Amino acid sequence: MDVDIVCVGFGPAMGGFLTTLARDADPNLQVICYERADDIGFGVSGAVTRARGIRASFPDLNPAEIPMAAPVRQEKIVYLLDPMGASRRSPSRRSKTLRAADRLLRLLRLPRNQAFELPWTPSFLRKDGGLLLSIGQFMQWTGAQAMSNGTVQIWPGMPVSEALMEGERVVGVRLLDQGTNREGHPDAGYMPGMDMRATLTVVGDGPVGAVGRQLDAQFGLPGGHHQHEWAVGAKMVVDLREGVDLEPGTVFHTFGYPEPEIFGFFYVHPNRVASVGIFVPSWFHNPARTSYRYLQHYMLHPYLWRYLEGGRLRSWGAKSLQEAGKRGEPFLAGDGYARIGECSGSTNVLTGSGVDEAWTTGIQLAEAVKELRSAGKPFTKANLEETYVARRRASWVEREGRVAEKARDGFHHGVVSGLIGMALAGATKGRFSIAGEPQLLPNLEEYYRGKLTPGDIDRVRHQCYGRGIAMHDALMDCCGWPAVPYDGQLLMSQQDAMLVGGKVQAPAGYADHVTFLYPDFCERCATKLCIEMCSGQALTPGPNGVPLFDREKCVFCGACLWNCRQPLDDDPVRTNIAFRAGAGGLHSTEN
Amino acid sequence: MNSGYQIVVCAGIVPDPLQTLEPVSGPAGPVLKNETMLPAILDPWAAHALYEAAHLAAESPGSKVWLVSLGPKAKLQQVMMTVAQKAAFEFVAVDGAAGGFTEAHDVAAALAEAIRAIAGLDMARLLLFGGWESASRGAGATLQMLGEQLGIVDQFQGVDELRVRPDGALEILERVEGGRHQLSVCVGPPAALGWATGNLPEPRNNPQIGMANLRGVMPALQRAKPFRPAADGARFLRAAAPRQQRETRVVKDLDPAEIAREIAAWISKN
Repeated sequence: MDVDIVCVGFGPAMGGFLTTLARDADPNLQVICYERADDIGFGVSGAVTRARGIRASFPDLNPAEIPMAAPVRQEKIVYLLDPMGASRRSPSRRSKTLRAADRLLRLLRLPRNQAFELPWTPSFLRKDGGLLLSIGQFMQWTGAQAMSNGTVQIWPGMPVSEALMEGERVVGVRLLDQGTNREGHPDAGYMPGMDMRATLTVVGDGPVGAVGRQLDAQFGLPGGHHQHEWAVGAKMVVDLREGVDLEPGTVFHTFGYPEPEIFGFFYVHPNRVASVGIFVPSWFHNPARTSYRYLQHYMLHPYLWRYLEGGRLRSWGAKSLQEAGKRGEPFLAGDGYARIGECSGSTNVLTGSGVDEAWTTGIQLAEAVKELRSAGKPFTKANLEETYVARRRASWVEREGRVAEKARDGFHHGVVSGLIGMALAGATKGRFSIAGEPQLLPNLEEYYRGKLTPGDIDRVRHQCYGRGIAMHDALMDCCGWPAVPYDGQLLMSQQDAMLVGGKVQAPAGYADHVTFLYPDFCERCATKLCIEMCSGQALTPGPNGVPLFDREKCVFCGACLWNCRQPLDDDPVRTNIAFRAGAGGLHSTEN
Repeated sequence: MNSGYQIVVCAGIVPDPLQTLEPVSGPAGPVLKNETMLPAILDPWAAHALYEAAHLAAESPGSKVWLVSLGPKAKLQQVMMTVAQKAAFEFVAVDGAAGGFTEAHDVAAALAEAIRAIAGLDMARLLLFGGWESASRGAGATLQMLGEQLGIVDQFQGVDELRVRPDGALEILERVEGGRHQLSVCVGPPAALGWATGNLPEPRNNPQIGMANLRGVMPALQRAKPFRPAADGARFLRAAAPRQQRETRVVKDLDPAEIAREIAAWISKN
């Protein structure tokens, strides 16, 4: 089939693009957007955002029209001390520094509820005049408006398999085959993925999208760019108990706990609802890192638990974040295609902001498309660079992205140097920062040296793999982390959280989207980080060392993609895990 | 010989059953907590009716399918983006609440009005399809009342299969008590069929069907008439969800005997 413009992925960037494009659009223009998730707004995350781009699109925006939205009222940065005595037991030097900071704060009697509220928030982190959003709800609201005049069609439940290439030119997309078995071979009701040809293909499929990564593999990245830095964000949306009357729009940014490397957030939505979550970064060098267990300990921290106790889980979700930001920017445009949003390196890793930037890149591309169409010019690389890329380069997204470009490099030396590096970059507008390069992840024996013996680790491995489960819970137990007191309302097993809050679905008739390229690599791998970091417990230990993948539990966070310790011999940037286009995932619009 | 059926599928939208649904009291009676935030789907029983209608229409040249749906316009638009990929139909929308706390008689009256307003609809060729049950209330009453209001006397509920005999008569397999089926034959349309689950799988998403359907969806939404239940109609005084007893574990390949033992132990405990 032929359309004018075909779009891949309906996230904030595509929201900005379609909203702008649909206004005063040529009635003959036909724009189709395909989204993998079963509905628009499923599985995307909540955010606090300055909302400059969003307000540019909706100058009269009334947050009350969007469920769960609120203007930002107050922001605090909070350093969380370790109330358990478990997280600071790592012998690494970064933890020693923070242990000393804990002692000093306690000596001065500064902490309240095992936390110290910083007296001010650095300007680069503030979201003055911004919005607190459930991006799921916001995307539903946006989608309805974008489709209202008929120019734009957004089709959920329809994953895009790949970009169609003719030489170096993208000429559309191929949709995913339906009616296949797990291996992708034709089965009952087989329907091969349809080819949708278009004069312009807009790629906004996020950090782990199949089409974006295909283009990266095809064209490479600009010189000096890389995408080595990641994080997985895990969050819960919680009904707070009666009597917790925090002002909607209250925002806490936290650091220090449950591990020094893990940042957290607590946002208060209207009607006594809160979003609470953590980011587990790739530079947290724990080879058994996990987001779910840490999220529970985070919620149990006294500073937050005083609000969360008695609360009830409404929704749960997880997603990967491309934290290379500007440094991970691919080629933004080529013949027949353009890239927007997180997959285009728009995330600002200094300000901790991605939605506003992504939305704005969508606006910029839409304005460029309108300009080119009205001039009767084709969507060539040169024309898109003169219009879209030029707009982006001249905008605040680029300016602030450059300030942030090296801001986090210091974290490769440790948390304290990372924080200093961020402050330095923020204060000097990016002129100075602390340099650093990603380091090789240690193996379990190296990481736990001094706390657990290789024999202890072997025993845990044997026990856990024998039961078909990941090792992180047992390892954390061994290191002094207390058991999580499940209450069945807010604190519950990971599987229950998926059922109560995530409602993960996997429609029949699609191939497994997570596969292992070379099984012998997995057989040799003693640190199966992919299993440990899997947000939905979709990856479990399998026979012969090759993990098993259960599509019915996959939330499409994409963490396995960057949590594989087996780089390919011929391409060390790629790992042994193929994360392809797939169907299903979370069924929640509240994230 | 028939020259094709005119199949009107009445299908409401309901909150996605995967979500946590909690009835609360609103100013006008019970409502679902955070109803506007809940994702919606086509009522599962009515969805089966739609798939059966599409199948029948494909096998009967000259047939046409309409999908008539009562729900909030914004939610209808959203649901159509998924449903429209499944089967070809012409959409008719009625704008109103779809939470399930509306009297079936009022809903039937609004649907009857919308169906009568379909231009060119030949009542003599009409097959009225819908769900036998509903995920929003499950009273199973709306379709029967609608059939009565449209003057359709041949009504079948709990339908699992419809076959067209060579002479044009309809052979209908209905569920009856005791886990049995009843085979009925009626001479032909008009007839009302409340579908149980049918036998057809959910169709694959077809982009071509979706794009063709959507040309009519937006205008239909713009034309949607507001639905106002009768002021002196039924009042819902109270609603409550069944008490939840969740002891969920996700276990695969568990021995059936072990599953039975666990269930027996749980029943004994309770």
